[in-house]
Amino acid sequence: MRAGLSIGLPLANARAICPELTVYDADPAADLKTLNDIADWCDRFTPLVALDPPYGLFLDITGCAHLFGGERALLQIVTNALSRRGFAVSAAISGTSIAARTLTRYSSGQIVADGAEAAAVGPLPVSALGADAAVTIGLRRAGLKTIGDVAARAPHEISARFGADFTTLLNHALGRGDAPISPRKPLPDYIVEKRFPEPIATDTVIALTLSSLAKMLVAAMDRQGKGARQLEASFFRTDGAVRAIMVETGRPVTRPEMIDRLFRERLDALNDPLDPGFGFDLIRLAAGRTEIVVQQQRDLDTTVHDNDEISALIDRIAARIGGKRVVVHLPLESHIPERAALALPAQQHLAAASAAAWPERVTGEPPLRPLRLFERPEPIKVPFASVPDGPPHQFTWRRALHAVVRVEGPERIAMEWWKQDGAALTRDYFRVEDAEGQRFWIFRDGLYESELRDEEGRPVPANWYVHGLFA
Amino acid sequence: MNGARTGTLASLRGSIARIEAPSEAAMPNRIALGHTSADAMLRGGLAPAALHEVFAAGHQGGAATGFIAGLAGRVSARKPLVWVRQDFSDRENGALSMRGLAELGLDPRLLVTVRAADVDSGLRTAADALACDALGAVVLEVWGHARQLDLVASRKLTLAAQASGVTALVLRIAATPIPSTAETRWIVRAAHSPPGNAACAWGAPRFEAELVRNRHGPVGRWIMEWKCDECQFSEPSAHSQPVAATPAHRPHQAQARAGHRLAS
Repeated sequence: MRAGLSIGLPLANARAICPELTVYDADPAADLKTLNDIADWCDRFTPLVALDPPYGLFLDITGCAHLFGGERALLQIVTNALSRRGFAVSAAISGTSIAARTLTRYSSGQIVADGAEAAAVGPLPVSALGADAAVTIGLRRAGLKTIGDVAARAPHEISARFGADFTTLLNHALGRGDAPISPRKPLPDYIVEKRFPEPIATDTVIALTLSSLAKMLVAAMDRQGKGARQLEASFFRTDGAVRAIMVETGRPVTRPEMIDRLFRERLDALNDPLDPGFGFDLIRLAAGRTEIVVQQQRDLDTTVHDNDEISALIDRIAARIGGKRVVVHLPLESHIPERAALALPAQQHLAAASAAAWPERVTGEPPLRPLRLFERPEPIKVPFASVPDGPPHQFTWRRALHAVVRVEGPERIAMEWWKQDGAALTRDYFRVEDAEGQRFWIFRDGLYESELRDEEGRPVPANWYVHGLFA
Repeated sequence: MNGARTGTLASLRGSIARIEAPSEAAMPNRIALGHTSADAMLRGGLAPAALHEVFAAGHQGGAATGFIAGLAGRVSARKPLVWVRQDFSDRENGALSMRGLAELGLDPRLLVTVRAADVDSGLRTAADALACDALGAVVLEVWGHARQLDLVASRKLTLAAQASGVTALVLRIAATPIPSTAETRWIVRAAHSPPGNAACAWGAPRFEAELVRNRHGPVGRWIMEWKCDECQFSEPSAHSQPVAATPAHRPHQAQARAGHRLAS
């Protein structure tokens, strides 16, 4: 600006004006990331922060401004903090988001009272509205230079020429009606936070703060009989970086000690530990999802108590190593061995799993299914079989030769032809025992004569696999 | 001088006795395995609230898994079971199949599986789970030589098991035994099915279980069979398939056949 450059100037012109100009390629991804980082930082003022790409942010400060000493002071804090970091900031406060955006286009620091939007945006050029380039050029060609000029025309004329979208935009800018902003994160049900005039950096203070916040949060939830299913602790660093740590639970949490413990486990297990840098000046604990807690009588029914303990244990383990690593198993309606069970996160599916109906075993029979099942059947080498569709006499698995002593089979399992287009072959399973007494579940992929043929109809040798190990 | 040394020795013995005391106190409610001579050797059965180790002989993961599943089924007695496994173990030995577990007579509904990324997090998770007295047993499955599973780690597991009363079972595949505080240590390999018709099915799972360490008694080696329906171990049966009892009111089979032949 000082050198006489302006936004939108062609590069050749800029170079002509200012020959020593250093040029950088535009990096929209990095710009967006920076915008997101700034939005993270803005989370300290309000939970409702929306992106307005490419370089705008909306903050819904309804009911928040008084916490920072009023609208004027809040605007000052935001502008000063961002300018200190070297950003060119233009900010405004008004009754509608579009009016505020329009105001920022030509000046910074304006605060417009409710109802005074039309007067404030009226003198601004139409380009400040942020409408499509075609619309802006159209308005200018029609001789409508300022927003006030456009507003003075009858609304039906404007919408007939420039479309209903533009009329809506114009109305919002003039303060007649408002569109809600779309915040980046869903609004948590409960938020408690603690601000520090002097940044804190030691683990002990952080832990103490978290436990006192947990108490406050539980007290707030308790008044409405709620418990948290999802908790998020956000650590706002003085240099603007924000670290959010999420913990999910299987059952609504209602005890501060439990929240405390979950976060301790989670913080201990972080791959990149919490880095306080020059210290945190704000720590916030939010309950993202809450549920109504049903109080159960505990002293008589011990199983209720046991279930509580187990889900608390699952929550603790999940907080440390991740919810997907703690699983329960549910049966699936499929006769394909590898699809007969489903492993689902225990936090969400513990109740379903404990009520699941597994197929009954046949009394008096030895085990018909292996105890260990390979996710992907492992190929084995079978030199020959006495009859083409019979069991092998020996096979090589993992470079070790196994002589087959006992065989039972075949158990023929056809693939689910109604689900896939005939790609999978029918399997003949054999339960075999080798000379050492190890028991395997092996299968031949495909039926002789019918399935195992190449394009010309010549028979091809079958592939054998080991699919599981019996006890 | 000599007297002082004796005194020191006596006090040391006393303190060792005190350290050993909790496991002695837990003696009475031992859980019988069902195999008579093994139970006799174990003075009534497997001690709950203690650490037991099962080593797979060689790489025979299947048999050792079956054996430890049997132990877990015995000690957990319809209470939930936590099975901590390494990701790597799944790939090497296959994942635990729920249908297979049900076939052994255990209830898949009571199983919570934890897939630990490495031995350290597996150990920590197992110690955590052992502190929860609502569980029946905790199985920790470790593949290969894990230097993390040393005396200190096993002591931690033992203490956690004693404090809560939950039994800790450690399954080691492709590993050699190293000193630990385990109550018992077994080396398990698959045993042959009883002789019979080769084309005929095998019978119940059979293990050749070698008790190589027993803190409070002698060691031994047995062929054990797992009875899936009764959910307990037993002496090996002579027949692979259940055999119908000889009818009391009919002549012996051989005689009957002979009679038949005579008549024809």
